[in-house]
Amino acid sequence: MDFRDSPEEAAFRTEVREWLAENLTGEYAQVGGGAGPADDTSWDIRVEWERLLGKAGWVGMSWPEEYGGRNASIIEQVIFGEEYAKANAPSRVSFFGEGLFAPTLIEFGTEEQKKRFLPKIQLAEELWCQGYSEPNAGSDLANVQTRATLDGDEWVISGQKVWTTFAHYAAWCFAVVRTDPESTGHKGLSYMLVPMDQPGVTIAPLRQMTGSAEFNEVFFDEARTSADMVLGEVNDGWKVAMATLGFERGTAFLAQQLGFQRQLADVIAAAQERGKSDDPVLRQRLAGSYAGVQIMKYNGLRMLTNMVRKGVLGPESSIGKLYWSTWHRDMGEIALDVLGPEGALAAPSPDGEYDLNEFQRYFMFSRSETIYAGSSEIQRNILGERVLGLPREPR
Amino acid sequence: MNFAFSDEQEELRQTVRRFLEDKSPSAEVRRLMETDDGYDPDLWTQMAQQLGLQSLHIPEAYGGQGYSFIELGIVLEEMGRVLLCAPYFSTVVLAADAIMNVGTDAQQGELLPGIASGETIATLAFTEPNGKWDASGIEMEATADGDSYSLSGTKHFVLDGNVATLIVVAARTPGSEGADGVSLFAVHGDAEGLTREALTTMDQTRKQAKLEFSGVSAQLLGSEGAGWDALSKTLDQAAVAISNEMIGGAQFVLDMAVQYAKDRVQFGRPIGSFQAIKHKCADMLLEVESGKSAAYYASWAAAEDNDELPVVASLAKAYCSDAYFHAAAENIQIHGGIGFTWEHDAHLYFKRAKSSEILLGDATYHRELLAQRIGI
Ligand SMILES: Cc1cc2nc3c(=O)[nH]c(=O)nc-3n(C[C@H](O)[C@H](O)[C@H](O)COP(=O)(O)OP(=O)(O)OC[C@H]3O[C@@H](n4cnc5c(N)ncnc54)[C@H](O)[C@@H]3O)c2cc1C
Repeated sequence: MDFRDSPEEAAFRTEVREWLAENLTGEYAQVGGGAGPADDTSWDIRVEWERLLGKAGWVGMSWPEEYGGRNASIIEQVIFGEEYAKANAPSRVSFFGEGLFAPTLIEFGTEEQKKRFLPKIQLAEELWCQGYSEPNAGSDLANVQTRATLDGDEWVISGQKVWTTFAHYAAWCFAVVRTDPESTGHKGLSYMLVPMDQPGVTIAPLRQMTGSAEFNEVFFDEARTSADMVLGEVNDGWKVAMATLGFERGTAFLAQQLGFQRQLADVIAAAQERGKSDDPVLRQRLAGSYAGVQIMKYNGLRMLTNMVRKGVLGPESSIGKLYWSTWHRDMGEIALDVLGPEGALAAPSPDGEYDLNEFQRYFMFSRSETIYAGSSEIQRNILGERVLGLPREPR
Repeated sequence: MNFAFSDEQEELRQTVRRFLEDKSPSAEVRRLMETDDGYDPDLWTQMAQQLGLQSLHIPEAYGGQGYSFIELGIVLEEMGRVLLCAPYFSTVVLAADAIMNVGTDAQQGELLPGIASGETIATLAFTEPNGKWDASGIEMEATADGDSYSLSGTKHFVLDGNVATLIVVAARTPGSEGADGVSLFAVHGDAEGLTREALTTMDQTRKQAKLEFSGVSAQLLGSEGAGWDALSKTLDQAAVAISNEMIGGAQFVLDMAVQYAKDRVQFGRPIGSFQAIKHKCADMLLEVESGKSAAYYASWAAAEDNDELPVVASLAKAYCSDAYFHAAAENIQIHGGIGFTWEHDAHLYFKRAKSSEILLGDATYHRELLAQRIGI
């Protein structure tokens, strides 16, 4: 047990710190970490920043070198994330591409597919969206009804996806679709890569409780993609889809979690500025929240050490998603209580639109975090059944 | 960066676990908790002679093995699992750490070898009838009396105070206030003028005593007025230690609850297939695993003796107190009627969880300390 950087880790940390100090300037430095991966504030400037990161090799740093990566270890990714969060660098736009799709592609893709897609993810030339959920397939993802049939050397896709975050920015969608028309449940599904810019794809924004519209309905009406745009085997997409969910519940939110410390520090500072930090009840909540975010880090380090040493994730890994989403939601509530009457006013917006201030963003966006990427109830089922071995519910 | 126990540490855990499962089964806990002394002297000797548990983190120069707080934490976690009835926490954690933090080399050489060998049972007497855990609670005065000091007053809630042969006592210079003027003293268990009353404890697996001092002659440890810094550090180390002990108990009640949820059938299905029960278990798992992360990290900070210790000690004590109590309470609920019986062990853990939460200050107290320590 040792929490200090090894000499190599310390050198890497210095490299990251220096790069950020040199490059995180001007407009980039104004953007800040934001409320999380589903918040599209300052989008354009964040895309530019992502390109800069990509050119410097900080996007896809864990990928093998042959695909432009640095083969970075998980510890190096943590160090990068820590320094990135400390510097309050912009929230990343490539959550779906770099965070979810790329690791799945590296595990299941053909050589051609990897060469085709990874460089464009790295340079933010193509952004991605995740086409899983449908009106009747949410937690019960295996109930997907969107269908694809082969027509010569192309798949023809029809159906509807919903809650598709950043579909309007995405060049591509990784979608779970039914390719065996006779099948039900998790059999007969395929993991299909669909270009978004085509006549068969219609994107309709859905306004969220935040006032903004980061997620969308996506309608496929005989949309097309070429026959080789399936990841893994045709009709065997469930396991690929689950691998993506594994990354989503495991490492994809690392950067987000590392940013939480800064968010809480802002909340504490605000409480002190407003003279509220003398209130004994608020002190309890702030200290509890501080304990919570530290423990989140310790849990993460335990998980990563196990992964590195034993190559498998221990039970502490499956608690991660439930833990961080619940913690963040609680912090959002504290943040709003710190604001007091100010919290009841929307943020001043130049064009008179409904807008949120930063604490309101934490408060609201965190409501979605206990729903997406496997709701808290689904996480508890997983913990109960897969980790503790409790009997499944009768279905 | 590496957050895992070494192979050697894992081996220590296995050895201690086997030993305690063999020596401290439920029947033995129940036998000892009904006795006044609350421990088995033969087992105490075996712990010292066969496994060297009392000498673990005492420096080699003083008859110990020179291991760190990480090994000590492992042993306490295992003791917490089986609710070991023994004056280990009072002797090896509270008293030994206080002596190591404040004593001169000569005093450590005089007092520690007895603890390391298992001959001495020791404790720390600092709380008083006012029930406070901070410096303001220390009202007992120490008056200089030639080379020695004389203590008068009452110490309350003293762990294993009835069996300790060596008592480290906190008292203050007359007229001093707060952290100033606090000193630590060594007093013999059967010193003249000391009256000890064994108390009946809610958690019968850990004994307490009330100690009346009337002009008891005492040996000053270290220098006069240097007591609070040493005591405060001792309390931080003890908070780390008890966090590890608590999380051992918490894991055990989680295991109990899960097993029962698999076995007990109602409405034609195991109760663990009902989400109301399953989700309780999932929440317990989350808290137990998180408590472990906090306790282990705190052990590392204590082993390093670094600046983080005060912060992480309060952090771990607050979190593990809540986690253990919650798990122990849910365990009773999941067991239904049988969980409410004297015969079932659920109540032993429930009571130990509460008494451990109270000891050294509860979760609310430690969250406030944490707030102060991080500058809120
Ligand atoms: C901000 C946001 C962004 C999103 N982005 C995307 C995206 O980019 N791509 C995408 O594919 N999806 C996305 N989603 C969708 C998300 O994955 C789903 O909302 C989620 O899977 C839940 O599905 P549902 O909304 O249909 O709710 P339901 O599954 O209908 O759940 C409703 C309630 O029932 C509970 N419930 C359901 N099943 C069980 C059960 N077995 N046991 C106990 N309780 C249960 C749930 O926990 C929940 O509380 C996003 C969602 C949000 C909020």
